[in-house]
Amino acid sequence: MMKAFLILEDGHVFTGTSIGSQKEIISEIVFNTSMTGYLEVLTDPSYAGQAVCMTYPLIGNYGICYEDQESLRPWPDGYIVRELSRMPSNFRSQDTIQNFLKRFDIPGIAGIDTRALTKILREKGTMNGMITTNENYNLDEIIPKLKAYNTGKVVEKVTCSEKHVLKGDGYKVALLDLGAKNNIAHSLNERGCQVTIYPALTSAEEILADQPDGIMLSNGPGDPKECTSVIEEIKKLYQSDVPIFAICLGHQLMALANGADTHKMKYGHRGGNHPVKDLETGRVYISSQNHGYVVDTDNLDPKVAVPAFINVNDGTNEGLKYTGKNIFTVQFHPEACPGPQDSGYLFDRFLQMMGGNQ
Amino acid sequence: MPKNPDIKKVLVIGSGPIVIGQAAEFDYAGTQACRALKEEGIEVVLLNSNPATIMTDKDIADRVYIEPLTVEVVEQLIIKEQPDSVLPTLGGQAGLNLAMELEECGFLREHNVRLIGTTSQTIKKAEDRQEFKDTMEKIGEPVAASMVVHDVETGVAFTNSIGYPVVLRPAYTLGGSGGGIAYDEEQLIEILSNGLRLSRVGEVLVERCIAGWKEIEYEVMRDSAGNCITVCNMENIDPVGVHTGDSIVVAPSQTLGDKEYQMLRTSALNIINELGITGGCNVQYALNPESFEYCVIEVNPRVSRSSALASKATGYPIAKVSAKIALGYTLDEIPNAITGKTYASFEPMLDYCVVKLPRLPFDKFISAKRTLTTQMKATGEVMSICNNFEGALMKAIRSLEQHVDSLMSYDFTGLTEEELVKELAIVDDMRIWRIAEAVRRGISYEQIHGITKIDVWFIDKIAILVEMEQDLKTKELTEDLLREAKRMEFPDYVIADLTGKTEEEVKALRKEYGIVAAYKMVDTCAAEFEAATPYYYSVYGGENEAVETHDKKKVLVLGSGPIRIGQGIEFDFCSVHCTWAFRKAGYETVIINNNPETVSTDFDIADKLYFEPLTPEDVENVVNIEKPDGAVVQFGGQTAIKLTQALIKMGVPILGTSAENVDAAEDRELFDEILEKCEIPRPAGHTVFTAEEAKKAANELGYPVLVRPSYVLGGQGMQIAISDEDIDEFIGIINRIAQEHPILVDKYLQGKEIEVDAVCDGTDILIPGIMEHIERAGVHSGDSISVYPAQSISQAAKETIVEYTRRLAKSLHVIGMINIQFIVCGEEVYVIEVNPRSSRTVPYISKVTGIPIVPLATQVILGKTIREMGYEPGLQKEADYIAIKMPVFSFEKIRGADITLGPEMKSTGECLGIAKTFNEALYKAFLGAGINLPKHKNMIITVKDEDKQDIIPIAQRFQKLGYRIYATRSTAKVLQENGVDAIRTNKLEQPSPNLMDLILGHKIDLVIDTPSQGIEHAKDGFIIRRNAIETGVNVLTSLDTATALVTSLENTDVKKLTLIDIATIDKR
Repeated sequence: MMKAFLILEDGHVFTGTSIGSQKEIISEIVFNTSMTGYLEVLTDPSYAGQAVCMTYPLIGNYGICYEDQESLRPWPDGYIVRELSRMPSNFRSQDTIQNFLKRFDIPGIAGIDTRALTKILREKGTMNGMITTNENYNLDEIIPKLKAYNTGKVVEKVTCSEKHVLKGDGYKVALLDLGAKNNIAHSLNERGCQVTIYPALTSAEEILADQPDGIMLSNGPGDPKECTSVIEEIKKLYQSDVPIFAICLGHQLMALANGADTHKMKYGHRGGNHPVKDLETGRVYISSQNHGYVVDTDNLDPKVAVPAFINVNDGTNEGLKYTGKNIFTVQFHPEACPGPQDSGYLFDRFLQMMGGNQ
Repeated sequence: MPKNPDIKKVLVIGSGPIVIGQAAEFDYAGTQACRALKEEGIEVVLLNSNPATIMTDKDIADRVYIEPLTVEVVEQLIIKEQPDSVLPTLGGQAGLNLAMELEECGFLREHNVRLIGTTSQTIKKAEDRQEFKDTMEKIGEPVAASMVVHDVETGVAFTNSIGYPVVLRPAYTLGGSGGGIAYDEEQLIEILSNGLRLSRVGEVLVERCIAGWKEIEYEVMRDSAGNCITVCNMENIDPVGVHTGDSIVVAPSQTLGDKEYQMLRTSALNIINELGITGGCNVQYALNPESFEYCVIEVNPRVSRSSALASKATGYPIAKVSAKIALGYTLDEIPNAITGKTYASFEPMLDYCVVKLPRLPFDKFISAKRTLTTQMKATGEVMSICNNFEGALMKAIRSLEQHVDSLMSYDFTGLTEEELVKELAIVDDMRIWRIAEAVRRGISYEQIHGITKIDVWFIDKIAILVEMEQDLKTKELTEDLLREAKRMEFPDYVIADLTGKTEEEVKALRKEYGIVAAYKMVDTCAAEFEAATPYYYSVYGGENEAVETHDKKKVLVLGSGPIRIGQGIEFDFCSVHCTWAFRKAGYETVIINNNPETVSTDFDIADKLYFEPLTPEDVENVVNIEKPDGAVVQFGGQTAIKLTQALIKMGVPILGTSAENVDAAEDRELFDEILEKCEIPRPAGHTVFTAEEAKKAANELGYPVLVRPSYVLGGQGMQIAISDEDIDEFIGIINRIAQEHPILVDKYLQGKEIEVDAVCDGTDILIPGIMEHIERAGVHSGDSISVYPAQSISQAAKETIVEYTRRLAKSLHVIGMINIQFIVCGEEVYVIEVNPRSSRTVPYISKVTGIPIVPLATQVILGKTIREMGYEPGLQKEADYIAIKMPVFSFEKIRGADITLGPEMKSTGECLGIAKTFNEALYKAFLGAGINLPKHKNMIITVKDEDKQDIIPIAQRFQKLGYRIYATRSTAKVLQENGVDAIRTNKLEQPSPNLMDLILGHKIDLVIDTPSQGIEHAKDGFIIRRNAIETGVNVLTSLDTATALVTSLENTDVKKLTLIDIATIDKR
C-alpha cells in the first residue's frame, strides 16, 4: 500500500494510504456528513474544484451502481475517506470505488482521522489542501501554492456542451445546466415534463425563443459571483414572466441578479440532515444540501424578494420568493440524491406555477 | 407551537416488572421523560409496580405509586390524583395496553383526562393487526400477505392458501411472546393455539414468511405540526426470522445504498404521518436483498428497546423529545441538548459504527434451547461504538461478560467440515462464532451466505478478524501489525495468546510504539457542530478528544454492564444514585458502562460518560486519560467488584470498603476466621476443588448440602445435593465454565431466610430494615418473596441479627454498603452469605423505608458518619407499611428452561405490594406479578414425598375456595385420606386423559409441583411444568409460595385497594 499525505494550508499533515489515482492535486477541502450516497456525492458537479472528505467512516460498502450517478463522471479533485470497503455487497453493485476513482484519474487518501480533519475545517473554516504520494514534500514550498489556489470558473467546466432534450408530454421546461445533477431533470421528467437542457452560457434570448412553460436553474459549483455573464442572462429571464424555479447555485445567481449579495460560509452545509423551515407554513423539512456560499438577505428589498425558507440550525437563508413574480428559489436540494426526499413536493409546486397557479 | 397550557398534571405509566422483552429501557425512557416534564413545571404522578426503577424515585416524579398495573388501580389512582393527562407511550406495551383499555371503556373521557403523546386511534391503527393492515394498504405501503385469525381452523385454511412457512404474531404481547415460524401443519396448530391463548384479545396474525430478507429498522419522530425526522436506522445482521431483540444490530445500516435507505426512510415518514403519531415511533422492515421489494413488518407507536438503542447510538434523546412533543412543542422549538446549538428537528449523522449484541440467558438455563426465533429470549444487551465495524464487534463481544472475548471463544474445531456446514444452519447465539470457524476452514462466502442469509459484507468483516488472528499467530508482531490489531480492538491478552507473548509484553510494545486508545465524542452531527456533552467511545489511531480535567476531585463509577438474571436494573439504580451523590458532594463524576438500556448511560447523568466494555484493559485506558482520584466499585454489582484488583494495580484508590476486605468476604477461609473472631455461627462447610473432595466433605457434613462456586452472582451454579450422584453432576456443570475459584460445600439448613442491607461508617451501622423471605432457605433470595418488616421472627432474633451485622461490618472494615443473608432456625441465627457491596434489595428497601441508602452510603464513603447525617445508628424504626417484593419470571419465553426454584436465581424482575396490612400487601404483590388466577377453578397438585404432609392444609384451603383439585396417584391418595376430594389423574406415560391433556385443554388455573431432588429435565415433572408455562398456566414449585398465594386468595376483602404515595414516606 502506497502512503499518501493530505497537507492543509494551515500546515496540518495527515498520513494515510493512497486510493484511486496517484497524481498530486491541490483543491479546496470540504466535508460531507451523508452516511449513504457516496456515489451521488462523487458525481455531483457542484464538487468541481473541491476535494471532499466523507465524515462517515465506512465508504464503499454497497459498491458502485452506475445508474445512481448524478452525472457521467466524478467531479471532485480528490476523495478523502476513513476506510474503503474491500468487499462491496449489494445486488446492484457493478464496481468498486477504487476502480471508479482510478478510471477517472482521481486521487484520494484513506485511513486518516477524518473526524479530526472535519473538526479542523469546522473550527478554522474551509481551506485548501494537497493530496500527494510524494513522501519528500516540502511544506515551505507547498503552503504558498495552497494559499494561492482558487476554484475559478468551474461552471463552464461542468456544464453540458450542447442542448439536449428529455421527451415528455407535459410542460416544457428549460433547464439551465450550471452543473446540474441528473435527478433535477429526472424529477421534472417523471412528472411528465419535457425537459430541454441548455449549456450554462446559453443566452436568455435563445432559451426564451424555445417558448418554455417554465425555466429551471440548476445547482452548480464555485463562487456565484464568478458567474458574471450567466447573471446577466438571468436578469433577462427574470424579466420574461416565465415561471422560474432555481436550486442552489441557481438560487444564488437569481439573488445576485436582483441586487442581493452572497458570501462564503465558514464551512458550508454538505450533508443530508439539514432542517429547513418553510416560512409560510411553519413546517420543517429535512433536506439534502451542498453549498459553501449563501445569499445575504440583509440588503434584500422586500419589494424584490422575501425569504421563503430558512435553515433551522443557523438561521441562514434557504429560499426566496420573488415579489410579484412567478419565481421561487431554494438553496437546498429537493431532488435529493443523496439524501431525504422530503422536499420533492417543490417540483409539484413548480408544475402548479407553470399551470398558472402562484 | 408552544406548550399546551392546559397540561398541568400528568400521569406517567411505567412498564412494571422486568421481563424478557420489556426491560430497563423503559426505566431509561420514563426517567428521561419525567425529568423533561418536570423541567417544564408539570406535576408528575408516576405509576409503576417495579420498585427497582429510577423513575419511581421521589426525585424523578412528584407523586410515586408503586402499585400493580391493572385497570382498577389506574382508575382509582386517576380518581385520587385527578391528573388532567395520561402519557402512555413510555411504559412499553404494558403501559400502552392499560391506557387503551381505559380509553376504550370510556373512563378517561368520563374523568376529563386526555391521552397525550399519541391518541388512542393512532395506537389502534398501529397495534390492531387488521386496522394496521388496512392503513398500510390505504397508503400503498406493502405488508406481507397475512390474515388475522381468532381460531386455529381459519389459520390452517389461510396458510394452505399462501403456503408454508408462515410467521405467527399474537396481538398485544410482549417481545413476540407466543409467536414463531411454522413449517408444517403440526407446528402451525401448536404455535397458533398457544398464541391465541397468550394474546390479550385472542388474536394472531398469520403471515407469509419472509425469513432471510434483511431486517431494517427506522426510529422516527413526528410532532403535532406534522414535522417528521428519522433519528436513526439500524440493520440487523441476523436476517428476518430472529427477533430484533435477539439479533446482532448495527447502526447505521451498512449494506443499504442511498436509494434503499431513502426509500425506506420515506416509507417510514409516510407511515408515521398517516398514523398521526406525535412522539417517537419504530418501524421495522423486511427488505428483499435481491430487489427493492420490501414489507413493513411492524410499527411500535411508542418508545421501545430500539428507541433506547437509537438514542444511545446517536445521542438524540428520543424519550425527552417525545415528552416535550406531548406537551405541544414542535421539533424546531426543542433544543438539541448535545450540541446546545441545533434543534430537535434535524437528523443525527454518525461518524462511527454501533454494534449491539443481545445478552442471552443460556448460562442460567442450561437445559434451554439456544435457538433464536421471532420470540425474544435476551434479558439484556450491550452496545459498543467504534469507527470501524470490526472494532465495534470485538468490543461488543467482550462487553457481554460471558467468557467471550474474540471470535475464537467458542470452539468448533472438533467438527468435521460436513458437520460444520450442517451446523451453519443453526440459528443461535453462537452463530457468528460458527461462521468464523467456517471462514477459517475456507468455506466460501457464497456457501456461508447461502445457508445463513447473512450479508457477505458482514461475513467479510468476520473474515477480516479471522485473518488478523492468523496474522498474529503466524507473523512477526511488527508495529504495523500491532497497530492494525488494536484498530480492530483485539484485547492485549488475546494478542498475547496468539503471538505467544505475555499481556505485559504486548502492553510494553504498545507503549513503545505509542499505540494508545483515543476517545471520540458522540455528538449527533459527525463533528459538524461543536458538542457540549462529553459522551465518549474509544478508537485506536486518531486524535484524542477527551479533555483532561482536574478542577474538582474526580470519581470513577463503574456500571454493571448488561442486564442478566442475577444482575439487573437494581445495580443501575445504585450506580446512578451514587453518581448523583458524588456530584452533589462537589465531585466530577465519570461513568463507564456498556448497557444502552440504562439510565446510567444517559448523556447527562455523569459529568462524563465512556461507553466502553468493563474489562481491566478498557477501564485502564479510561483511567490513563481521566486519572480519577478514586473509584467506587460497591454499587455496580459483581461486574464492578471484579475490577477491584485491576484498579488497584492501575493505582486507582478504591473508595469505601478496601479490596482486601471484599476478598475476605468471598474467600472461604478468611471469612471463616472472621466469623469465628466475631463469634458468629455459620452452617458448617468446606472449600474443595474436585468432585472427590466434594463428596468427602458432603458425607462428613451429612446430606443435604449446598454446592456452589465461590465468586458467583445470583447463585449461579448453586445446587442442593442429596447424594453423591448429585455432586458429580453439579461439579461437572460448574466446571463447564472456566473455574479459577474454589467450590464451596455447605451443610444445608432449612430455616427462615432473612436479609439485611446496612450502611457502615467504620464505627456505627445503619439498618433500614429487616427483610424476611417467604420461601424457606434453599430458594435463591432473588427468587423469594421478600417481606418487610420481617413478620415471623422474634425480637431476640432481630436483636441478634443487628448485633451480627454490626460485628461483621466492623470486622470487615466496611465503609459503605453491606448485604448479609441469615438463616434463622428457632432462635438460632446463622450467617450464610455476606456481600460487602450494594445488593438487589437496596432500591426496594430504600423506597419502602424512605431512607436514601445509596446517597447515605456515598456520604459515608466520603467520610461522613451516620450520626453526622442525622441518623441514630442501628436498626431503624419499622415503617407503618408492609412491603412485599415479589419475583417475576420470564419462563414462557425460554423454551426448555427448568422453572424449578432453587439456589440458582431465575427471576428476571420484581414488583412490589405495599399496604397497611400483610394481606393487602400480599394481594397487591401477586396482582402486580400478574398471577391472576383465571376462572376455571381447576388445579393440579403433584408433590414429592417429603412434601406430602405439608401439602394437605394448602389443598384443604384451595378446596374451601372452591377449587377442583387434580392429583397424581400418590399425592391424590394422601389428599383423599385427609378430606380433600382430589381427582386422581394419570401420569404422562399413562393413557389419556392424563395430566398433559388437562393442561393442554386450557382448563387449569394453577399447577403446584414440587420436584424431587436433582436435575431432572428428562422427567415427568419437567415436562409438566414446561407445558403448563408454555400454555400460560401458573406453576408454583415451592409450598411456601403456594401458602402465600392461597392466603392472598382467601382475603378477598382487600379488593378495594388503598394506594400509597411512596414520595410521602419520609425517613423517620
